[in-house]
Amino acid sequence: MIPLLLAAGIGGVEGDAPGPGVLETIWGISVVRGLAWSLVAALLVITPMALFAIWLERRLSGKMQARIGPNRVGPEGLLQTLADGVKLLGKESLVPTQADRPLFHAAPAVVFMSAFAMYAVLPWGPDWAPTSLAVGLLFVLAIGSLEAIGVIMAGWASNNKWALLGTMRVAAQVVAYEIPLGISALVPVLTAGTMNVQEITAMQGGGAWNWGLWWAFPANLVAFVLFFWAALANLKRAPFDLPEAESELVAGFHTEYSGMSFSIFFLAEYAAMFVLSGVASCLWLGGWNTGIPGVDVAGMGVWGNLLGAAMVAGKAMLLVAVMMWLRWTLPRLRVDQVMRLCWKFFLPISLACLVWAAAWVSVVKPMLGGNG
Amino acid sequence: MTPLLAALPPVTVQHYLLLSGLLFAVGLVGVLFRRNIIIVLMCLELMLSAANLAFVAFSRVHGNLQGQVMVFFSIAVAAAEAAVALSIIIALYRARGGVDVEDAAEMKG
Amino acid sequence: MAELLGKLTAAMGTYGPAVLFYGVAGLVLASAAYAVVAKKIDHSAFSLMACFTGVAALYAMLGSDFLAVTQVIVYVGGIMILIVFGVLLTDRLPVEYRQISRETVVQGLAVAVPVMAALVWAAAGTSWPVVAEAAAAAAPPAAGGTDPGTTAAIGKLLLTDYLFPFEFASVLLLVALVGAARMARGGAK
Repeated sequence: MIPLLLAAGIGGVEGDAPGPGVLETIWGISVVRGLAWSLVAALLVITPMALFAIWLERRLSGKMQARIGPNRVGPEGLLQTLADGVKLLGKESLVPTQADRPLFHAAPAVVFMSAFAMYAVLPWGPDWAPTSLAVGLLFVLAIGSLEAIGVIMAGWASNNKWALLGTMRVAAQVVAYEIPLGISALVPVLTAGTMNVQEITAMQGGGAWNWGLWWAFPANLVAFVLFFWAALANLKRAPFDLPEAESELVAGFHTEYSGMSFSIFFLAEYAAMFVLSGVASCLWLGGWNTGIPGVDVAGMGVWGNLLGAAMVAGKAMLLVAVMMWLRWTLPRLRVDQVMRLCWKFFLPISLACLVWAAAWVSVVKPMLGGNG
Repeated sequence: MTPLLAALPPVTVQHYLLLSGLLFAVGLVGVLFRRNIIIVLMCLELMLSAANLAFVAFSRVHGNLQGQVMVFFSIAVAAAEAAVALSIIIALYRARGGVDVEDAAEMKG
Repeated sequence: MAELLGKLTAAMGTYGPAVLFYGVAGLVLASAAYAVVAKKIDHSAFSLMACFTGVAALYAMLGSDFLAVTQVIVYVGGIMILIVFGVLLTDRLPVEYRQISRETVVQGLAVAVPVMAALVWAAAGTSWPVVAEAAAAAAPPAAGGTDPGTTAAIGKLLLTDYLFPFEFASVLLLVALVGAARMARGGAK
């Protein structure tokens, strides 16, 4: 059902040819349609995925802290998140009297929509992609900045000092991580010659040594690591969780949110973790390619696409698990340390990667004669 | 539903230009009427955007990309403008304790 | 189910562009107007953000995908964050909303109304030429195939015909960066 919908999303636009002087708006339509399909997919696939990720986080943290974690509701506690969700649904959604009501209500919606809109460019299989945007990767980065605006909106509208401090930290963090995030994502774009995530993924067929990770060695390897760290800062995950630092700021920007609006922030965080990991896996880890020579997903029809979707989900979930592992391992950085790390280390290193990738594409690759 | 939709006039370049003109006028009203410098700055950005929209519409109609290149430069200039203007605003706030256009009227003869 | 989906798709193909345009245009105008009249500066800022996002959608509908995404990254991710910074750093509660004098209103309207009238008259009154073949060449191919987008072509233009303005723009940005840092720090020395 869902794959059907996804596949229909990239089908052609039918309809009468427009008259003279009438502008066709095909690109806009295909984006809107991609967003519509990704919303459908969001409700049917991504929400369970996020619920699973929340369960995974709680169980993993339990393991790392030598305790058990939730294990009562459903097998191995798998339904615990669902139970919590139902509980949160039943809770009263409080709005502080001094809060800015319209902004306070709009903020979770902005964060939620932007987290889910990113799924519009995540390819699940050779034939299954909600959209095939030529500017796919830039789209992810653009939507990511929209999400930051939603977070700032939430903190500002709450009219609470903890929330305001969290907001200032978000704003400072956004300008710091966005540049290395964008530049490290440009490295595979430069080596592949396209920003279309689906096309970049398709170039990584065959063995795992063809994956983007090894392109223009070591530029893409380093860029992958940088992208992962900058994505952590984007997701406000430890060690970059200053905007919601619970030991200093109560809960930072979402201090005043309760009930359903809180759970929307929570769900959006896990949805965004999954989609950024998915995009990283498509850029560097082969996406829907299996990495086993001879097992070519592209020629296997529906089953190949299913296998591809499983590959994307598995790789993304693996990266999500690493994020969780880091959260329970590393202490939180200070604000000045985040700034220094992003501006003085991530940025120059990512620029160096970009220069090396450019040199690779223009000088080394023609010399080697291959497409290594 | 369908007849209602069919009654909509098809979208031509004229629609985009009209929209661009209206946006420009809205921004102009803001620049002329608002006293807060930050809002004046935002309205200036709005006027720039309106002009950009007309550029993109023309670029589409003429089938070349020069209009889009122009918009690219315009966006770069808008970014530089915003950065400089905000630093001026912050300096003004430090010096005068307010961000009203009247706070910067010292040079008035 | 499949039949319904087909009908829906066909309807979207026929009426979608117009509906999309009027919807987004309405959103853009409404949010721009609200940004101008809002009493709270933060409402202005966030409303303007919605407006810029809508303008990006209009760029996308006009087939310039690269500019649409650039618009969101630069305006929403960059300029709006800067403006929010400005609001946070300079906002004194409560936001004062000074009375505008009658004189200002008259003078302002005397400028704004003719400008709007002229723009509307020019846009609506002129029969704009439509270069059919050129427009068709610039139009993105129907969805389904991979759409090459405008990025590569714009990049080529920037590094050939527009190389000097491009370099000049980067110098301008650098100067703005240094100047802004210097000016914002100046008071704190």
